Parts: sequence; C-alpha cells; structure tokens
Amino acid sequence: MEHVDRTAPDSGDWAVEARGLVKTFGDNRAVDGVSLNVRAGTIYGVLGPNGAGKTTTIRMLATLLRPDAGLAHIFGHDVVKEPQIVRQLIGVTGQYASVDESLSATENLVIFSRLLGLGRKEARHKAAELLEEFSLTEAAKRPLKNFSGGMRRRLDLAASLIAQPPLIFLDEPTTGLDPRTRNQMWDTIRRLVRTGSTVLLTTQYLQEADELADRIAVIDRGRVVAEGTADELKASVGRSSLQLRIENPQKIETARKAVEQVLKVQSAVSPEGAKITAPLADADRVTDLLIALRGAGIQLTELSVQKPTLDEVFLTITGHGAGEDESKETDKSDRAGEVRR
Amino acid sequence: MKGTSIHPAGSQLKNNTSFGQTVRNSFTMAYRGLLKIRRTPEQLFDVTFQPIIFTLMFTYIFGGAISGNVQSYLPVIIPGILVQTVITTSIVTGVQLREDMEKGVFDRFKSLPIARIAPLAGALLADTIRYTIATVLTFAMGYIMGYRPGGGLGYVVIAGLLVIVCSWAISWIFAFFGVIARTASSVQGISMIVLFPLTFLSNAFVPVKTMPGWLQWFVTINPISHLVTAVRELANHGTIGWDPAISLIGAAVIVVIFAPITVRAYMRRT
Repeated sequence: MEHVDRTAPDSGDWAVEARGLVKTFGDNRAVDGVSLNVRAGTIYGVLGPNGAGKTTTIRMLATLLRPDAGLAHIFGHDVVKEPQIVRQLIGVTGQYASVDESLSATENLVIFSRLLGLGRKEARHKAAELLEEFSLTEAAKRPLKNFSGGMRRRLDLAASLIAQPPLIFLDEPTTGLDPRTRNQMWDTIRRLVRTGSTVLLTTQYLQEADELADRIAVIDRGRVVAEGTADELKASVGRSSLQLRIENPQKIETARKAVEQVLKVQSAVSPEGAKITAPLADADRVTDLLIALRGAGIQLTELSVQKPTLDEVFLTITGHGAGEDESKETDKSDRAGEVRR
Repeated sequence: MKGTSIHPAGSQLKNNTSFGQTVRNSFTMAYRGLLKIRRTPEQLFDVTFQPIIFTLMFTYIFGGAISGNVQSYLPVIIPGILVQTVITTSIVTGVQLREDMEKGVFDRFKSLPIARIAPLAGALLADTIRYTIATVLTFAMGYIMGYRPGGGLGYVVIAGLLVIVCSWAISWIFAFFGVIARTASSVQGISMIVLFPLTFLSNAFVPVKTMPGWLQWFVTINPISHLVTAVRELANHGTIGWDPAISLIGAAVIVVIFAPITVRAYMRRT
C-alpha cells in the first residue's frame, strides 16, 4: 500500500494536515477555508466561540462529514478517499456523550470492542481494564442514565481509546464539567499524550487551551484567525501590562497624561474609572513614572504588572467579547460569559 | 494500556471491509439491539398485545359474516392476521431507528472502522425477535380459540419463518423512511399510509371473490396476498406452491433496492 506525503515534504510525522477545508450548510459557510497542521505526539487546541466551526472541522477530519472543498490527510491518508483507513487511526469523542444511554458502562465498552474486532473474552477484558483506568469500576453495571456528566465523559473517552488510536479528537471535552472533574480530564489527556497519542481538542475555554495545548489555532466564523504556541499568541498581542489604581478618581486624567508621557505609550482607563492600564515595554521606566506621579501629588492604591492572558489575545484577534459586534443573537450572552472566564 | 494496538501507516490497513467483517459487525449491532430490548422490555408491549387483541377482535367480528361461523373462519383469518400483525410491527423498526439515530452514539458508530451497513442491519436483525414474539403469540391465540392447522407443527414453523424473513425485508422500507424522515412520528405516519391499504387490500381477511373486479386485480398482484396464501397453504395443508417463492423473491427485491439506498441516505445524514 502506498504511503505518499503530498503536503509535507519535510517529514512524515504529521498527524493531521488540512488545507482549505470548506463546509457550507445552506448559505452558512460554517467552515471557510481552514488549514491545520498537527505534529504527531502533541496536543493541538482549536479555540473559538460557539458556532465558530470547530465541531464541523473535527467532523470533517473524522470522516463524519464530507468537506465541500479542501484536502485533509490523517497520517498521510486522505479522509475522503481512504475513510476506512482513517477510521482505524482515530478515536472521536463528541461534544455530546457518544455512548449508549440505555446500556451499562461495561456493555457499551464490550460492544465497541467487539465492533473493533476483539474476541468475546478480549472485549470483556479490555472493558474491565478501561473501567479500572477511568475509575468507573463500581458503576460498571449501572445503566448510564444514572451517571453524572463527568462519568459519562470519562466513559466516552474510554470508548475512544479501545483500539489505542494514534490520533484522538476531543470535541469540547470539559464543557459542562465542574472544576474538579475538569482537572481529572486534563490529567487524562496529558497522560494520553505521554503514551504517544496525538490529541486534537476543541475548546471554548482559553485557560484550557493554555494549560494543555502545545499549539493553538484560534478559529472564528469558520476561519483560522491566529495560530501558534500559547506564548507566541500572547506575544503577538504585546508584552506585560502595567495596572495602576489611584486613590482620587478625579485626578485620573492627570495621572493618565503622566503615564503616557513617561512610558510613551497609549493607555486605557477602566470603565469603573480609577484604573489605568498601559503596555509595559520597558520595565525600567516604571521608576520614572512613580517619581512623576509622586511629583504630581497622585496617590496610588494599587500597582501591578500583568502578563497578557489568552483572553486578551482572543479579544484582540477576534474583536468579540465586549458583546458589541454582530455575533449571532442567541449565543451572544453566553459567549461574552465564556470569554471572561 | 496494553492489548491490541493499531499502528499508523501500518501495511495491514485496508480501505474496505470484508464480507466476514460485515456479518460480524452486524451481529454485534444486533446484540446491542437485544440488550436494549432487555433493558426496556416495555417496548415489546405492542408485539405482545396487538396479536392477542387483533386475533380476538377480527375473528369474532368477521367470523360469522364471512365463513358462517368462527371455527371455519380460523384457518382463513389466522394466516391473514399473522401477516398483518408482523408486518405492522416492522414499522416500529423504522421509528426506533429514527429515535436511535438522533443519539450521539450513532456518531461513534460512523467514526469506527466498521461496515457502514452494520448499525442498520444489526438493528433490523435484532427486531426479528419482535416478529418472532408476534408470530408465536398469533398462532398460540389461534390454537386457544380452536385453530388446528392441518399442515402440522413443522409446516407452521416454516410458515412463521417465512413471515419473519419477509417482514425483515419489508422493514428495510421503513428503515429508509426512518433515515430520511425528520421526526419519529412522521415515520409512523408515512408508514401507516403505505401499509394500511397494502394489508387490507389483500386476501388477508376477506375472500377475493366478494370484491369488485378492479379491486380483485390489485388484490391478486399485491405481494401481501401472495404471502398470506403461502402461509395458508403451508399451515393448513402442508403444501408448498409458488406463493412462498414469489414472496421470497419479492422480499429479496425489496432488500436489494432499499438496503443500498438506506445505507446511502444514512451516510449522507449528518
């Protein structure tokens, strides 16, 4: 069987190579020319708000949806021409638990194992092993209806790992989980990569991408608007920022002028009025600023230096978040909420 | 994690599924269907009560009018009611498939390297347990009411198997509706519109001679009539004529047409 690397002349260890993927539903271009390269053995985060096209992209890469245009290869195999090979290389965990509600955890895993070609005994064995690994053993016999959200997600992930696929797609693996379960899920994902798997995950949570992903693609309205490591993305927005809170709000304009003069940058005043934020390119100048402020008789209540967060990156790149733009009516409010998290 | 593992770009990867794998996958999916039935036995409600109630009702209502008395109507009505009940049961297959497909687990089936037809074929295969229940109950009801099939137990079993096989074939039609329809209730609606005329415009309940000429023409070409005749000959006389063959050919034609288009529609659906 031929193994041709058409799009990666440099090396063969790309888990995912996608070029210009497009998917249109009616007049809605859900995915509008997405290109991604995921190196084998890494965690790749696809970050974006609701409706940005993350799930559609994953569904195309996982052979669940046929792209209208573009190319995608999974370990060098075309998702359209060799779907059955691609399916042997991937595990997919959907946004909504893709397990059987009316069956027990064991039954679910046994059925998936049997479908993947394990014998009756092997399937039982594998199911028990995975339940143990995901600490679901005591719930193994209960129908899933009585499972908590976190248990369901864990079972879902366990089901994706039966064949130990080299590439695992996780579509919003922690959406709706409480912080403790979310941390467990993160540990599991890190462990997966340590054992040699490649993970492509989507998330709405900037913190999650920051914590887990080696590289991140920010996707918005079906397009990749930024791509790089978390640090690169942060650097693209600027360096650290200086935040000053002054005691007397009336003197805010004077203070601001001092800041802009000394640091030679544009500053911003927070909505509540007493906080000035300015990019901090040269930390040395802060001394000068503090002297200038004392000279002007301005009392500070707080001074801090903040490193840029992915939130800021996200806001800067997409222009969303303040809720003022033309984002889709229904998800506007919860989008704004997510961005602030 | 240990056990079987799959390596990327290994030479053993193939882009097609073998016939053996297709059969194995389908049986695994059928096993899933059986587990689901065991978990929710209330979904067997219709196949339990419909044969009992319909057999009682139709026999006592029509018996005197059509055959003079209930006793001599039984050999006519039991095969008729059997075919009608079991085929009606196959509608539920389409409805349940629709409901099932809405769940996330079908996404996983699609993403697994299994035969594409398996999730559908398996579901339909599991439903033959429903047809079997309906078949056994209809014959049992008939027996209680005094029906003594002249063909003997062996031929009754053959007749029952024939009905189950044909219903399985027909269920592909409803599976197709199930895949293309938007909601489960619309599947029920479309299927009833198709099935009602088909089962009643046949020789299942009433001798064909009593119908107007133009209707007789339809009734004699209706495949349901052939299946009913086949069951009557088998169960009542222990003879195998042309009708079982015609029924089986009809069943095969349905599967050949509907199985591929159903799988295609299933693959297209997102």
